Amino acid sequence: MSAISTPGQLDLTGTPHAPGSNYLNHTRGFLSWALTLDHKRIGLMYMVFVLSAFFLGGIFAMLLRTELIARGPTLMATKTEAWNLYNHMFSLHGAVMVFLFIIPAVPAILGNFVLPMQLGAKDVAFPRLNLLSFYIYVLGGLFFVYVLLSGVIYAYTGYQMPGGFGLDTGWTFYTPYSSSKSMSGVIPATFGAFILGFSSILTGVNFLASIHTLRPKNMGWFDMPLFLWGLYATSVIQILATPVLAITLLLLIVERWIGVGIFDPNLGGDPVLFQHFFWFYSHPAVYIMILPAMGVISEIIATFSRRHIFGYTFIAYSSLAIALLGFLVWGHHMFTSGQSALANVLFSLITFSVAIPSAIKVFNWVTTMYKGSIHLETPMLYAIGFIWMFSIGGLTGLFLAALSVDIHFQDTYFVVAHFHYVMVGSMLFAFIGGMNYWFPKMFGKMYNEKVAMFAAILLFIGFNLTFFIQFVAGAHGAPRRYAEVPVQFVSHHFWSTIGAYVMGVSLLIILLNWLAALWNGRPAPANPWGSNTLEWQTPSPPPHDNFPTSPVVTDPYDMDRWRFVSDEEGWVLTDEAKAAIAAGTAKVGKAH
Amino acid sequence: MSTLSHTADHAHHGDQNHDHPPFLAHHFDTPEQQYASSKLGMWVFLGTELLMFGGLFCAYAVYRHNHPEVFEYAHTYLNKWWGAINTVILLVSSFTMAWAVRCSQLGHRTGLCVLLALTLLGGAGFMGIKAIEYSDKWKHHLFPGRANLFNREYTGDHKPDEHHAHGDHPSPAAPAAAAAHATGDNHATGDGHAAAPADPHAGSASHAVLPPASASAAPARALNPVVFVDPHAGASDAAKIVPTSNGPAGLAQGTSPKRGHLTFADLATRDQVRVNTFFSIYFIMTGLHGLHVLVGMGLIAWVLIKSAAGIFGPTYYTPVDLVGLYWHLVDLIWIFLFPLLYLIH
Repeated sequence: MSAISTPGQLDLTGTPHAPGSNYLNHTRGFLSWALTLDHKRIGLMYMVFVLSAFFLGGIFAMLLRTELIARGPTLMATKTEAWNLYNHMFSLHGAVMVFLFIIPAVPAILGNFVLPMQLGAKDVAFPRLNLLSFYIYVLGGLFFVYVLLSGVIYAYTGYQMPGGFGLDTGWTFYTPYSSSKSMSGVIPATFGAFILGFSSILTGVNFLASIHTLRPKNMGWFDMPLFLWGLYATSVIQILATPVLAITLLLLIVERWIGVGIFDPNLGGDPVLFQHFFWFYSHPAVYIMILPAMGVISEIIATFSRRHIFGYTFIAYSSLAIALLGFLVWGHHMFTSGQSALANVLFSLITFSVAIPSAIKVFNWVTTMYKGSIHLETPMLYAIGFIWMFSIGGLTGLFLAALSVDIHFQDTYFVVAHFHYVMVGSMLFAFIGGMNYWFPKMFGKMYNEKVAMFAAILLFIGFNLTFFIQFVAGAHGAPRRYAEVPVQFVSHHFWSTIGAYVMGVSLLIILLNWLAALWNGRPAPANPWGSNTLEWQTPSPPPHDNFPTSPVVTDPYDMDRWRFVSDEEGWVLTDEAKAAIAAGTAKVGKAH
Repeated sequence: MSTLSHTADHAHHGDQNHDHPPFLAHHFDTPEQQYASSKLGMWVFLGTELLMFGGLFCAYAVYRHNHPEVFEYAHTYLNKWWGAINTVILLVSSFTMAWAVRCSQLGHRTGLCVLLALTLLGGAGFMGIKAIEYSDKWKHHLFPGRANLFNREYTGDHKPDEHHAHGDHPSPAAPAAAAAHATGDNHATGDGHAAAPADPHAGSASHAVLPPASASAAPARALNPVVFVDPHAGASDAAKIVPTSNGPAGLAQGTSPKRGHLTFADLATRDQVRVNTFFSIYFIMTGLHGLHVLVGMGLIAWVLIKSAAGIFGPTYYTPVDLVGLYWHLVDLIWIFLFPLLYLIH
């Protein structure tokens, strides 16, 4: 309720409030950032670390693809048993990308920055906890740095640091290899993931409590922007699933350390139990990745189609449905692990049913665009790319949910392509689209639109070049996780690697474009896109307390309240909207 | 929805203007809103704790289902009286905690401090008893993991007289435990609790030491050795023969005195090699729970210090309330752990 209801004389002319402090220059000095409780600054600190992790994971990806560009050893020549460099590379690529990038990216960066402002609040419910979860994230990241360093040190000097060197188990840490055979740093890596889990849990608790208790009085559940629904569903999963991962990894650590015999068959343990535990978290984790991304897409599609979002209630409920169903499908990762036939059939059925809420969302996005006045600006390009690739990623998921087909596809590049379409093609596109969407709000600068659009298109091409061909290779049986390229898949892998390079280049362009905008970007107006959610009803960048005057809660998708002013290169409230606010008759709520 | 908070300068979260109570953070409008947030956050966090323990309970269920006899046999090494006393202690401390919350709501500072101190004492008592139990297991090489009396590979590396029996356990294991002294250890008689005569032949025949066997069976065990079934076993394993009296394990079932008094010899061979898993599960579950007790004690101590400073009262008692919730959860988990681990039938 913090910021609402007083119908202030909201004068958003679109010009940035030149004088006056914002959250970036509010206080100065290293400690003012390191000890800040401001959700916006914490979001930016997350951004620096999460993007660094993304960069690191990207380097691993490039090395992997380069190894596969042709037959025979290209980069990773050694084939000794103790030093399976390729295995280390794909394990670190997966672990870093999943635990350090994809899971925190949208909630921790965009969610932290945007969630309180979309609620019209000054901060999240527990600001100190928010800072704590950031530092927990950094601590968990340090463990992965240690794992990486231990691998590098071993490679160059042969010295084994305590805990083992590198990580060669795959990001899934399957037992018994991880618990007894692998010489790599399973304990530091899993302990790092264990710690990162707490960061995720605390962020989830924080967001859930914020959405419950910080909503303005006149913002009902179904008056919230859909991004908040996405974050809410995500928080529920983070809260319910992550503790199970924590205990699983803890058990794996003690298994490897003192051999407790829970997972190690040599000691009477059950390795499939590990898979059950692991996927009980890690399958819902897939929805931790995609649900907030879907929220971003809902915002972008509505804003750039200049239309009220279609089927608001369906999109909101489908988020919850995905979160719920996501908990009941973990067994589809173990169709070939010796699960009972009955369990296989049930998991297969429920997996198919996840397609329903996902398809509802796609349908609603497309319908929102239908007869809309579509503005093809950068965030919208990413959103359209998202719909395309999420459709492919989702539909190929149905192939894998089908029992008989999955037995053929298990551990082939078909699976690799499928989850990259969902995790990269969908989630990464939504993340970058969201970054481009909120970048002006975050930094008060506009990036170069033409360069950004070029990079978006290039990324789209590069991504599809990399991964579409992997569906083809996988359907022909190309095995995943092989350092050597089977002879019939040489050209598939060659083109896939070329695509990866294109992706790498376009990601660098995106990064440089952002940096250039920070350097000398044109000042951003308060509302560069004409969106009606509350975070656009404050200057860019926002002041420390988020809102100079209390914004008025209205339907978040009532696009008609804004008109474009070319002098300002931004959107301002229409006269009628201003008059309604002044008269206190602004239409409150009722998004659906 | 206060407008006053907007006009104030909120340079730092600690800033207050005169209308704000000192405990009200700047992003909340009313103490009620802040209290509701904190309480919701705590409940959700407790949910995550339950799920974390849920994973362990799930592992417990899987192994108990797969090896019911192992659990029935191995749990006799736990002292149910210590467990029962600890249960009572935690329940009483939960009561004092709940009373402390009430005192803070009513502003009874002395009562609050005394009750928190009592709760803290309860936690300390619980941990003290847990320490006694753990050190007892330690003494008898009932460690979690590979280093366990029941792990043949581990005991094979040790001299027999290093692990004596469990006669000092006032548990149903006593009959079986007494017999353990007869595990071929001639020194056993010297420590005052050997019950069965040591078999002079057994010392060499069963070099490795052995989990307790049935008392009645002891004299005959060297005659009917049963070898652990182990695919990795080599010729050297001849020395690691498990003695049992009534012939191959499994046949001995009929001779077990009564239900609930399974002996080691009663276990199937595949279960005999799994007994250490019970202790692994026991230590992980109670260890993680003990860690939570320690954290809870730290939190109670922190709240106690603040209470002594007179911070809490009818308008502000959130920390007492939340720490209380946490303490009740710790109690609740123990309520489940106690019967699952100590009272198996």
